[in-house]
Amino acid sequence: MKYIDEFYDRKICVNLAEEIAKKSLGTELTFMEVCGTHTMSIFRNGIKDLLPENISVLSGPGCPVCVTPNRTIDKAIAITRLNEVCVCSFGDMMRVPGSSSTLAQERGRGADVRVVYSATDAVGIAERNPDKKVVFLGIGFETTTPTVASSIKDSALKGLKNYFVLPAAKLIPPAIKAILDSGETKIDGFLLPGHVSVIIGRKPYEFIAEDYGIPCAIAGFEPTDILYAILRLVEQINNGSPAVENCYRRSVKEDGNKLAKDMMNEVFEVCDSEWRGLGVIPSSGLKIEKKYRAFDALHNFKMDVEETKENPDCLCGDVLRGVASPLDCALFGGVCTPENPAGPCMVSSEGTCAAYYKYADVRR
Amino acid sequence: MNTYGNQRISLAHGSGGKLTHDLIKDCFLARFKNPILSELTDSAILNLKGINLAFTTDSYVIRPLFFPGGDIGKLAVYGTVNDLAVVGAKPLYISCGYLIEEGFNSVSLDEITQSIGDAARNAGVLVVTGDTKVVEHGKGDGIFINTSGIGVCYYQLLQDIEVGDKVLINGPIGDHEIAIISARGELGLDVKIESDCAPLADLISHVLTASGKIKFMRDPTRGGLATTLNEIVTSKDLGILIEEKAIPIREEVRAVCSLLGFDPLYLANEGKVVIIVGCEDASLVVDTMCAHSLGRDAQVIGEVVESPKGRVCLRTEIGGTRIVDMPVGTLLPRIC
Amino acid sequence: MCLAIPAKVIEKKGTLGIAEIGGLRHEVDLRLLEDVKIGDYVIIHAGFGIQKLDTKEADETLSLLKEMVKCGMCDV
Repeated sequence: MKYIDEFYDRKICVNLAEEIAKKSLGTELTFMEVCGTHTMSIFRNGIKDLLPENISVLSGPGCPVCVTPNRTIDKAIAITRLNEVCVCSFGDMMRVPGSSSTLAQERGRGADVRVVYSATDAVGIAERNPDKKVVFLGIGFETTTPTVASSIKDSALKGLKNYFVLPAAKLIPPAIKAILDSGETKIDGFLLPGHVSVIIGRKPYEFIAEDYGIPCAIAGFEPTDILYAILRLVEQINNGSPAVENCYRRSVKEDGNKLAKDMMNEVFEVCDSEWRGLGVIPSSGLKIEKKYRAFDALHNFKMDVEETKENPDCLCGDVLRGVASPLDCALFGGVCTPENPAGPCMVSSEGTCAAYYKYADVRR
Repeated sequence: MNTYGNQRISLAHGSGGKLTHDLIKDCFLARFKNPILSELTDSAILNLKGINLAFTTDSYVIRPLFFPGGDIGKLAVYGTVNDLAVVGAKPLYISCGYLIEEGFNSVSLDEITQSIGDAARNAGVLVVTGDTKVVEHGKGDGIFINTSGIGVCYYQLLQDIEVGDKVLINGPIGDHEIAIISARGELGLDVKIESDCAPLADLISHVLTASGKIKFMRDPTRGGLATTLNEIVTSKDLGILIEEKAIPIREEVRAVCSLLGFDPLYLANEGKVVIIVGCEDASLVVDTMCAHSLGRDAQVIGEVVESPKGRVCLRTEIGGTRIVDMPVGTLLPRIC
Repeated sequence: MCLAIPAKVIEKKGTLGIAEIGGLRHEVDLRLLEDVKIGDYVIIHAGFGIQKLDTKEADETLSLLKEMVKCGMCDV
C-alpha cells in the first residue's frame, strides 16, 4: 500500500533504534505517546523490542476508550432504554464498562445498538428509519470531531428531525497540560498525536516546549515514523533545545486544516470536561452550539441515568496517569480480565492492563 | 462461579474466541463428559469394529446468505467436510437440517438447496438425511442450516508435536471474512475479494500421501489463524512462533484491515488449513500443496518453539515480537 | 486515538469521492479539504478526507531515512 509500506522498512527501523541507543547513552528516559493509535502501532509492531532498555514509552490520554468517564457511557445506555431509539457508536466503545453495563451488553438484552464506521452512516440510518430516533455517541478528539460536526450540519440541511449526537468530544492540548500540571509523572518527551495534529497543526503544543521545557515530536503511525520521532526527542534532549518538531510532515501542516477547524467551531463550543483518571479539565471538551441544539441528545431526551458508580478498587485512573502499574490493582487478573473488563484499560488488546495481562505469565 | 455464567450469552460467545472456549469447557464439557468429546478435535473419532469413523456437526448462520464466492449452502457443505478432512478422514455422507423463517423466499431456498447439491457432488459426499423446521416470522433470520458429516479415517495424525516442527498454511488468510463484510455493504467498502470457501479433502489427501510426518491439521475458520494456533499450543509444553512476513495476505485484505483497525490474524477463513509437519518434510509438503489449485500460495509461516510455553508469538515485519492471543470479543471496526 | 490511512482519489463528484488503497475502493467525504483533484492522496479518517498527503514531503522523509541507513554502520 503506497505511503504505508515504505514506512515499514526493517533496515531503517533497526538503524533508527541503534541511533536511539547510541545517542541516549544509557540515560533512563520516559516518553509519553499521547495517542492510542501510537500505542496500538507500538504494540502490533513489537517496537518496544527494538528500543534500548533505557527508553520507556508510556500510554497517554489520547484514547477515548480509556478517558471517557462512566457518566458518558451511562447516558448512552440510558438512551438505549428509551422507546423507538437506535444508538450508533464507533466499534471502539461497545465493550467499555459504564457504572453497571456496556453498550454490547445492552444490545444483548435487545436494545437497538449499532456499530458504525462513520457519523455519516448514522445519519443514513436516521434517514432510512424515520420512525426511530437515532443517537450517535460522539466520542473522539480533534481528528474525529469535524466529521461529527459535518453529520450535524448535514442533518440540519436535510431537515432531519430524528438525528441526535450525544456530545462526548475532547481536546488534547488541555489534557497534556493537566498531566504536566499534576507533576505526578516524570516525562522526558511527548510523542504528539499525528492525526489530531493534521487538524490543529503544530502551534497549539508550543506551550509544552516553551513553558515546561519538554521536547515534543509530532509523529506518524508507521514504525519508522515512531522510531524517527523518538530519535528526534533524544536529540532534542542532547541539544538542550526543547521544541515542537513536526516529524510527520507528509500529513501535518503548520496550521493544520482550516476547513476542518471551521467546521468544528461552527457546530461545537469549548466547555469543561470530565476525563477518567484526570478529573474535570477546564476547556477540554466540546458541547454542541445553541444554534444546533435540535441535534443535541442532552437537550432532547429525558433520560433516566443511573447513579454513577466507580469500582473503588479500579486503578485505571492511576494507570492512565502513569502513577500505578496494573499489577498494583486488586482487581487485575481476577475480577478484571480481557473477557470481563472492569476498567477501560483492560478493554482494547493494547490497553495498558490488557497488555500486562497478556504478558504476565511470560514475564514470570 | 463459571466464567460464562455471570452474564447473558453474547455474540462473543459464538465468535470462536476465548468466551466460546470457556462456554465449551464450563458448560458443555462439564455436562457431556466423555473421553471422545474431551479431545475437542474438529471431528470425533469413533472406533466401530476396527474401523475409525470421523463424525462432526456444525450450524451455519451468515448474513448475507449469498456473498462473492459462495452462499450459506456451499458453506454448510464445505465447512463440515473440511472438519472431517482435517482429522485425516475421507468425507462420505452428510445430513442437512433447515431452520427456515416463515415468509422466506422459496426461490432463495431453491438456490441454496441447489448450491448444497452442487457442493456435495464437488466434495464427493452424499446428503443422506435431513430435517426441516419452520419458525414464526421474526423468530429466525431467514434461514439457518445445520449439517453433520461422517467419514472414514485413512491417516493417523502423529499428534507428537515437538520443537522444530514447521507450521504451514495453504494460502492467503482473511478472504472469507472480508468478502462477507464487504458484501454486507454497511461500511462503504468496495473490494474485489471472494470468499475462499472450498472443500479441502482432495488437497489434504495429496498432502497425506506425500508425507508421513503430518502431526496436526485444523481449518482456521471463525477466530482466524490466531485462534487455531492458540488452540494448538494451549496447555502444551511448547509454543509457536510465526513470521509476519511469511503469512500470505492479499493486498485488499490488508487495506481493509488498515482502514478498519482489524488484525488479519483474527479474520475467518473457509478454505484454509493449518498443518504442523515434521521439519524434514516441510518443503515437500509446501511443494505438494503448491501443485494443487487450492494450495498455490502455500507457505511455511512459522515453527514450534520451546518457549514461551502455551503461547503464540509473532515476529513482526520490523523484527520485534508480540504475543498473539485468543480473540476476546467479536470483530468491530474501530477509529482508534 | 485516530486511525487514518492514505488513499488515492480516483473519482470525485462534488464533495464526495471514491478513494483507492491496495485494491480497496472506499467512499470518502472530501468536504473538509480544499481543491482535491483526482490522483491526489488523501488521509482518510472515519469516512472523511482530513488532509491531502504531501507526496513531496513523504519522498523527502523517506530519502532522509534511507540516507541515515547509508551513513550508519548498520548492515542488517
